[in-house]
Amino acid sequence: MNISYVDGLIGGMLIGGAAIILYWFNGRVMGVSGITSKLLAKPDKDLWWRLAFVFGLVFGGIIYQMRFPVAVVVNASEICLIIAGLLVGFGTVIGNGCTSGHGICGIARLSKRSIVATIVFIGTGILTVWVKRILGV
Amino acid sequence: MFNMYLLVSFISGLMMSIGLIISGMINPKKVIGFLDMFGSFDPTLAFVMAGALGVAFIGYRIVGSSKPLLCECFDLPKKNKIDIPLIVGAAIFGIGWGMAGFCPGPAIVGVGLGLPKAVVFVGAMLTGMFPAKRIFMRS
Repeated sequence: MNISYVDGLIGGMLIGGAAIILYWFNGRVMGVSGITSKLLAKPDKDLWWRLAFVFGLVFGGIIYQMRFPVAVVVNASEICLIIAGLLVGFGTVIGNGCTSGHGICGIARLSKRSIVATIVFIGTGILTVWVKRILGV
Repeated sequence: MFNMYLLVSFISGLMMSIGLIISGMINPKKVIGFLDMFGSFDPTLAFVMAGALGVAFIGYRIVGSSKPLLCECFDLPKKNKIDIPLIVGAAIFGIGWGMAGFCPGPAIVGVGLGLPKAVVFVGAMLTGMFPAKRIFMRS
């Protein structure tokens, strides 16, 4: 089997483990878009754990890179990233979740809403990449 | 107990971060490769989902629904109806995801990796969240 598939499986298990830890100890759903977007709302008692989670995400990137090389190539142009970012931010708030909250936590809990949302965003994602291919961008 | 709560949140974020890096999902090229069903398809994301869902599915069932270790009750989404905002929001998210190859988790990890383009994306993402919150007032 292709080594990147094994890495994918192991990495995925870590992501699932992270979701379970947050649920088992803190009773929370590990949805990155929800955790992030609620940081923008009026501060409440949940502000600090949300900040701690986001800090963990950022910190993971910092320490991993200190030990191992990480090669990431972002092909999209700045303008494309800005439009994409706006759409992702807007869409995840309206749709109540992203890949982690709907795609992993929601589906694992067999939530109907999350299963539908995941099918929809993977569907429009596939369509978008297909359109990009046709337009040659 | 309160600090323990914060520590667990931090560790969960850290673990997810490392998982996203190891799995390769931090790389927009691999994500777009998965979505490129009519081109150079890369199935890695399916393995990531399988690993994550396998652990989460079993984990949720083992933990059950009585009481979390550090607080009084589980905080789960209350809505269960499939409505228009869910579909429209997910559709818009998917378009942005396909354009850049970033979704919120990997993009935030990318900021930690010091990728200027991840910073641009996260900035735009936070900006896009504002009007949606205004319109839908879901705190």
